[in-house]
Amino acid sequence: MSVAAASQKLILSTSEKRRRTIFGVIFLLVGILIIWFFAFESKPGQLTTFGMNPGFASNAPTIPDLIFPTQPVLYALGLIALFMGGWQLARGYKSIGAMFGIVFGLFVLAFLAWAARDKSFNMVGMLQATLVRATPIALGAFSGVIAERAAVINIAIEGMMLAAALVSVVVASATGSLWLGMVAGIITGGVLGLLHGVMAIQFKVDQIISGTAINILATGITGFVVKRFFIDPNINDKFNHSQIFPPIQIPVLSAIPVIGPILFSVNVLPYLMFIVLIALHITLFYTRWGLRTIAVGEHPKAADTLGVNVFKIRYINITLSGMIAGLGGAYFTIGRVGQFDEAMTAGRGFIGLAAMIFGKWTPIGSLGASLLFGFADSFQQKIQILIPGFPSEFLLMAPYIITMIVLAGVVGRAIAPAADGIPYEKD
Amino acid sequence: MADEKKKATKERNGNGFWRRAGRTMLIPLLAVVVGLLLGGVMVAISDPVVLRGLSPNPWLVVPSGEVDPSSQIDLQTALKFHKNELQIGDYLAFKRGNSYIYREVVKEITDRETQIDFERAKNRAPNLEAGNVAIVLTFSDRPFFVFEAAGRAVWQAYRALFIGSIGDPQRIAEGWRAAVQDGNWLAFREAMRPITESLVTSIPYIFAGLAVALGFQAGLFNIGAEGQIAIGAALSTYLGYSLTGLPAVLHLPIALIGGMVGGAFWGIIPGYLKAKTGAHEVINTIMMNYVAFRLMSWLLRGPMQRPGAGKPVSPFVLESAYLPTFFGPPLRLHAGLIVAILAVIFVWWLLYKTTIGFELRTVGANPNAAKYSGMSVARNIVIAMGISGALAGLAGANEVLGLNHFLAEGFSPGYGFDSIALALLGKSHPLGVVLAALLFGTLRSGATSMQSLAQVPIDIITTIQALVIVFIAAPEIIRWLFRLKATGEEEKTVITRGWGS
Repeated sequence: MSVAAASQKLILSTSEKRRRTIFGVIFLLVGILIIWFFAFESKPGQLTTFGMNPGFASNAPTIPDLIFPTQPVLYALGLIALFMGGWQLARGYKSIGAMFGIVFGLFVLAFLAWAARDKSFNMVGMLQATLVRATPIALGAFSGVIAERAAVINIAIEGMMLAAALVSVVVASATGSLWLGMVAGIITGGVLGLLHGVMAIQFKVDQIISGTAINILATGITGFVVKRFFIDPNINDKFNHSQIFPPIQIPVLSAIPVIGPILFSVNVLPYLMFIVLIALHITLFYTRWGLRTIAVGEHPKAADTLGVNVFKIRYINITLSGMIAGLGGAYFTIGRVGQFDEAMTAGRGFIGLAAMIFGKWTPIGSLGASLLFGFADSFQQKIQILIPGFPSEFLLMAPYIITMIVLAGVVGRAIAPAADGIPYEKD
Repeated sequence: MADEKKKATKERNGNGFWRRAGRTMLIPLLAVVVGLLLGGVMVAISDPVVLRGLSPNPWLVVPSGEVDPSSQIDLQTALKFHKNELQIGDYLAFKRGNSYIYREVVKEITDRETQIDFERAKNRAPNLEAGNVAIVLTFSDRPFFVFEAAGRAVWQAYRALFIGSIGDPQRIAEGWRAAVQDGNWLAFREAMRPITESLVTSIPYIFAGLAVALGFQAGLFNIGAEGQIAIGAALSTYLGYSLTGLPAVLHLPIALIGGMVGGAFWGIIPGYLKAKTGAHEVINTIMMNYVAFRLMSWLLRGPMQRPGAGKPVSPFVLESAYLPTFFGPPLRLHAGLIVAILAVIFVWWLLYKTTIGFELRTVGANPNAAKYSGMSVARNIVIAMGISGALAGLAGANEVLGLNHFLAEGFSPGYGFDSIALALLGKSHPLGVVLAALLFGTLRSGATSMQSLAQVPIDIITTIQALVIVFIAAPEIIRWLFRLKATGEEEKTVITRGWGS
């Protein structure tokens, strides 16, 4: 693997060089953009206010808002980007991905500073929304990681989430217990995962097709249920109207200013997402099951020769993958609005897959990518408040376009598990 | 002797063709049948009457003596229930002697033996007497009743589907008689509307199905037909209303080509990304769909909004860009059908009679072999996605120019998504696509009347499609269900290989 990577590096060196130049130019362009559009547009003496206190009740003490003069800060941001572009062209950074992230962050910061000149913008509120909105995407990405590490492509995450969102709100409404609803959502995801497994592993159906079938099935059945049953207000009230998980203030930690409201005052699902992250990271890389999973994903025949039951590992993983996706689905209903709408997942499952690829099939990388997507999501929402009349459709496109850019490998080339998507045939 | 031999070979070949055709059609046909059966199960178990019959304590008995609260209610509550909550679709049972007579509460009585008028039922409800009225019984008391209700629900649903897609045979016959006797064709035309509507719905399916099938042939899974349809329709609409003063011979082709260009553009982007960077077309086409929807939403609220209209709709297309209709007003069958047939012939010719088609199919079957024999895989991917997108764009243009004559959000009820199942069902062959498109057009057009007549949501069709995909992709399930032997002749559909990155 490492030898192959090294040789690949040698072969790619010319294209690497080109990439380096391209990124250098991009960084420079961003710097120019910041100075040209934002710094020149703002007038001296204008002030930008970033709210550092959450707009909701929290344990954190109130701290002063961040107020700074708009124009000088914009010049500074632009100059940093220019400097980074120059450095990239001249010397080249080791990890372009991280630098790209930083430059991207600079641009966003500049944009916000410019948009909120003479106004106030709640930074903490947006960052918390980022975490909340990244949660289902991250769970979708984890779902993808666990399946694809065992070489089963799970493109059905979207459908699993949709079905789980429906089931969890129905169970939660009928029983009055949010936890039961969540468990029902997880089970729904698991059942669909098992179905995908039976098709992909047992019948060796093309995994993309089997996943698409599950997506269509979930769309059809949930739409059917909504139109056949929830159209009746009585039934809708009884079965499609639940509580939502209340925010949990973690003692002590939630009292830290800025960080407390962002990280430790959310409801149970982001916490669960972090638990899944840690569990997945540890089990995948440090336990027998995880190493077997990776072996099955990279070279199933070798794993089989060494006595690993390839089919069993794949069945377990695809079922777990479905269960994690189910947890992500539960977020949409009982974690946020307490009600199911048709097609409410709006492609989050697919974005999760992109986050997984962006995160190079690792749990932590996936979370990072999910946070980026979550940020784009909450950013477009807040910007609509900040600049009324901004054509929001273009901001709504942003997550999808970012996904495509990510997939195109602009930000580092991702290498999938070697056996990804190939059914295993035992001789 | 020699002649006989020749004849025998000919006969055998002939039989071979038909046997092969039968064999290829067998699994898809069975898949559709099983899909419809399972759809029927869904209709049955979601039927309100059946559901009530299946729930543990659905119907309560009014006893004359002591009340058992777990299964019975007292007269007072029963009266209240009947007065306030009696609904159409409820069942009332009257005690006559030792047995009960059941009556379904309906709005208009069509069958006096089994139904009761809503008003009468309401009037009778207050006159309940202890012991003489039951509010029907549980499943275990009358299982047949539930099965009957299930059967009725399925029968009604599929009958509505048939009438809505093919037409009411009685009305057709009457209309024909009127036409022959009095020369009045209106009634006949009215009666023929459902079947022509099915054809009208099949037209976009043919285009979109060809688009996806062509992708499959080249080893590409184009889920983006929906977005390509939207963009094609948008561009076609724009050309349709903004170009004025052109004669129809010029305007219509321009608008159609505009649709193709729009769709092709939307298809080439993911194709190019796949060819150049290996980014998987499945995710990219899905993303392009979302981008297309947002773009259309912006266009219809901004630059392309009809002046003075409060809704997000485009201006009307000029008449010179209309696809002409074949018959008079109640029938909407339009010249898009001819374009569709031409497209089918073109795709068949392209795939099987040209070098481009051969290269596309080779790349689809084995990209490595294609590469080593000197074909450019990247170029072929871009070409395939371009043609595929153009075909999908034609579907959009066809809807605008032939049917709606303006653009609105949600003008396509998911032709692009449905065409995935459709192309699989048609085995990615142009002729198969036509047959599958006719089936899907019929289903989709009948489903509308199923929704209005039998209250079965249109999404049942989506569900059936998903099942069809499963059965086509895993023919083992169908073979196992029907105890069929594998023929060994069918090739396995290999469509995508990993993420390709």
